[in-house]
Amino acid sequence: MALPKYASPLERIWHWSYLALCSAIFVFLIAPILVIIPLSFNADRFFTFTQEMLSFDPDGYSLQWYDELLTFGMSAPDAPRNGSWFADMWANSKWVNAAKNSVIVGIFSTLVATVLGTLAALGLARPEMPFRRLIMATLISPMIVPLIITATGLFFFYSSACVPEGSWLHMLLGPFLSNRGCLANTYTGVILAHATLGIPFVIITVTATLIGFDQSLNRAAASLGANPRTTFFQITMPLILPGIISGALFAFVTSFDEVVVVLFIAGPEQQTIPRQMWTGIREQISPAILAIATLLVVFSIALLTTVEILRRRSEKIRGITPS
Amino acid sequence: MATPLDPHAAIVTEAAGIDDGPLRTVDGQPLEKALARSSRAARRRAFMLVLPLLAFIVITFIMPIGQMLYRSVHNDGFAANMPQISAWFAETKPGTEPDEAAYAALAADLLASAEARSIGVVGTRINYEKSGTRSLFTSTGRQVRRGIEPPYREALLEIDDEWGDPELWGAMRNVSSAYTDSFYLASIDRTRNAQGEIERVEEHRRIYITLFMRTLALSALITALTFILGFPVAHLLATLPIRKSNMLMILVLLPFWTSLLVRTTSWMVLLQQQGVINDTLVWLGIIDQQGRLQMIYNQIGTIVAMTHILLPFMILPLYSVMRTINPGYVRAARSLGATSWTAFRRIYFPLTLPGLGAGALLVFILAIGYYITPALVGGSSGQLISNMIAEHMTGTLNWSMAAALAAILLGGVLILYWIYDRLVGIDNLKLG
Repeated sequence: MALPKYASPLERIWHWSYLALCSAIFVFLIAPILVIIPLSFNADRFFTFTQEMLSFDPDGYSLQWYDELLTFGMSAPDAPRNGSWFADMWANSKWVNAAKNSVIVGIFSTLVATVLGTLAALGLARPEMPFRRLIMATLISPMIVPLIITATGLFFFYSSACVPEGSWLHMLLGPFLSNRGCLANTYTGVILAHATLGIPFVIITVTATLIGFDQSLNRAAASLGANPRTTFFQITMPLILPGIISGALFAFVTSFDEVVVVLFIAGPEQQTIPRQMWTGIREQISPAILAIATLLVVFSIALLTTVEILRRRSEKIRGITPS
Repeated sequence: MATPLDPHAAIVTEAAGIDDGPLRTVDGQPLEKALARSSRAARRRAFMLVLPLLAFIVITFIMPIGQMLYRSVHNDGFAANMPQISAWFAETKPGTEPDEAAYAALAADLLASAEARSIGVVGTRINYEKSGTRSLFTSTGRQVRRGIEPPYREALLEIDDEWGDPELWGAMRNVSSAYTDSFYLASIDRTRNAQGEIERVEEHRRIYITLFMRTLALSALITALTFILGFPVAHLLATLPIRKSNMLMILVLLPFWTSLLVRTTSWMVLLQQQGVINDTLVWLGIIDQQGRLQMIYNQIGTIVAMTHILLPFMILPLYSVMRTINPGYVRAARSLGATSWTAFRRIYFPLTLPGLGAGALLVFILAIGYYITPALVGGSSGQLISNMIAEHMTGTLNWSMAAALAAILLGGVLILYWIYDRLVGIDNLKLG
């Protein structure tokens, strides 16, 4: 991008205005995310910078909105902060419960998506796979179909496909279903739905890792007497592990950020962080939303770093030098 | 000498003329058959790996969507609870004057339905066709239960004049069959009149076509904006040395990884009348206190927030294509006398088209299905078709209507998806 020495004045002007334009777009991309971080420490109920904040007066800043995250929905938010306060917060605080639910749903749906997705990606990467294109398109479709349509479909399905009580299937699945025998308003329902939404990400990342995978390694292992399972766990998996982990992270983030499907199919028991945010934004807009948003930004920075490290590691293992 | 451990040796020895027949493997099978069998086995093994996931997706995704599509054409709220009058409709032609037999059937059905407490369902179903009729059904149901004498025509007309209204009979005919196209007709602002002909609904009720058009127009505009903003950035990232571009890439990937609700919240904070942007403009003296701009809860809010959210989906495919363009082509064009604009227009830009196509399709597909952002920052003029689907699901509870609108949207998305797969190939989709 360096400007050559012989560039004409017009080219120089163009070059610098181009860089200025790009900088402005970068500001547009990043500023909205960064601006909420200082605002979450606002001492007042405002969504804008107060005079005190701009003059860096310590009185303009406070941690009260972070404190509200812990106490919102508690039976006694002003109680002295001893052991019983902690128990109360852990059991009753709405944001704490939402965080617990998000983590539970996220972990289980990621497990389902990663195991099934990795197996399928291994099959799809084989050259002899029949109907490859069609199957791939089907498996990726949950990412393409608008969430509102998925949510509508799942709403009908979860509230109508119920297992009658007393049947053998109910004996088997009963604990995972609601008391009417349906998937609506259950953790199982949310986990299955989120796993479906996370699967395309696992497929895409693991398939991308397998493209650079040298199949002769598998043949070499087999020729040395390893059975298919040993070959997978000793040879294939260590090599594609970075891809699997970043696919799993994508699936986890998808679940962690998902709100439309949860709004439609989950009951009040399955309140997640995004759903609590949605309620918060729609009903009583309080700067506590900015506090949770800041925490989520920090969380996404951590995830981004992890994925980047994994990507570099994966390229290093596969011997691809960064181009 | 061929041993069981070395099948190749067998092929070689047998091909050398020891046996004149077709090529055979060591256990005496024709080679062609053995090869077909082993490739069949390999195909089966590959498919078995995919099968669990395929079954999972079919059960948790394809079947629910199929069920939703079924609901968009099937609604037996009237037909199942009003069997006799439905049978009369099935026997007569559209536009037939209802006779005493029809009124008798209607009265019998109303009585049975009121006794079974399903009259509300019936009234709701017919209310979708002709608004204001739900209460007619429930109140008539109550009176019929108190006792009704033949002739039924006079008796029903005495309860309410509306029972003689041909429009009501036309509406009842429309809902008398469990399978119906009326929800699709309603999705394009059409309805059937008393004669069974398709006509447009009254002017003030024509909302869906406007909404579909607005969804398409806003999505196209957002796609264009992401292109205008994304192209220079992708170009800069692709031409900078890798170390610098990796640093700048973080600025693109961080929004991509940040929660959708966080980004929407940020825009609500920034665009508010008492928000950061308005405050800055006032401070700079560009606008005065009274002239604060209304940038949220209207189309501007939807456009700005969605452009920001979808911008990385444009930058990433453009970037990955631009990385592969050899800078020598542009230099060659320049050395042959092209101006930098000509070199860009005739050489560089055409080479970026695959990335542009991928990014534009992806952004457009995502934009036409957006729900959360328009619902929060769109006000009433920034709503998209998804918001209407949600409104029918949770507000008016007209689920068949929601299903029909969703089916039309799904059809559009699948066509775009198919084009994407043809042009780009779904396996070329990259994430970061």
